[in-house]
Amino acid sequence: MTAPILAQIVEVPSDVNHLFDWPAVLPFGINRVVLLMFLATLATFLFLYIPFRKPRAVPSKMGVVVETLVTFVRNGIARDTIGPGSTKYEWLLIPMFFWLLFLNLFEITPLIHFPVTSRMAIPAFLAVLVWITFVFVGLKKHGLSYIKHSLIPSGVPKLLLVLVIPVHLLSTFLIRPISLAVRLFANMIAGHIMLAVFFLTTASYFVFEPKIVAFAIPLAFAIVITAFEIFVAVLQAYIFTLLTAVYIESSINVEH
Amino acid sequence: MQADAAALIGAGLAYGLAAIGPGVGIGIVVGNAVQAMVRQPEMAGQVRTTMFLGIAFTEALALFGLLLFFILFGAA
Repeated sequence: MTAPILAQIVEVPSDVNHLFDWPAVLPFGINRVVLLMFLATLATFLFLYIPFRKPRAVPSKMGVVVETLVTFVRNGIARDTIGPGSTKYEWLLIPMFFWLLFLNLFEITPLIHFPVTSRMAIPAFLAVLVWITFVFVGLKKHGLSYIKHSLIPSGVPKLLLVLVIPVHLLSTFLIRPISLAVRLFANMIAGHIMLAVFFLTTASYFVFEPKIVAFAIPLAFAIVITAFEIFVAVLQAYIFTLLTAVYIESSINVEH
Repeated sequence: MQADAAALIGAGLAYGLAAIGPGVGIGIVVGNAVQAMVRQPEMAGQVRTTMFLGIAFTEALALFGLLLFFILFGAA
């Protein structure tokens, strides 16, 4: 790898619009974001695979941690929301939770400091995947009456249907995936900008006015916000997975 | 030039105004969730899940405002 490529991978942003660019570095448009996605995929695979490589009666320490988290997603998110039959959707929910968790935690990982989910492509792709899943589940379970039931709630007067049908069409099939993607993206980007502001303030005070009173306050804020961002990263992975489960549940029980 | 200024003012107003409603809303959601948890501690787990769902739906509106800020900021 030559020096200019490395310099582009460790990119220094010029302004805020840089967050929306997608500069290609390696062939096939592979840049730092894509490399980090590969890293998160590998981390998810190893995290779920290594502790259970050899079957053991008593799991290792790492195995206990992974087991607790997987049980949380299986029972706390999938089973409690979808109800019986939730095992059919674990292939989507469990890897998605861990993948998002790793992508979000890159925000505060030292030397990386970049939330991959703050590039719109990744949440948008996942939201489209979720959209396809819940529409497919509904169509498979109820046939074409899924569309009818999700557009026309029971017990609505005929005259109001003129209003209700467009609202439901928008909210179910358009706003749902958009808000799912935007929620994750905007949360991560807001946290990233907040961290950048406080750390850059600290750095510039440190360089231009090296008095402890000047840069101690933004540094303290930056440390507090770093702790807050760990919470946000976990919470957003949880919310994304939970909403996926809720949407799948609403497709299964569309008559209610 | 004046159009740019208008876009920048609009960007600031868009996010500021979009944060008012969800701020009040999240306060109501969490406050009532805490009340429910205190009154029925055995239901705390379910209440917490529902609270996070409510927060997520409410918060989305503020985040649309943030997105609008970026769009207007990019237009200026």
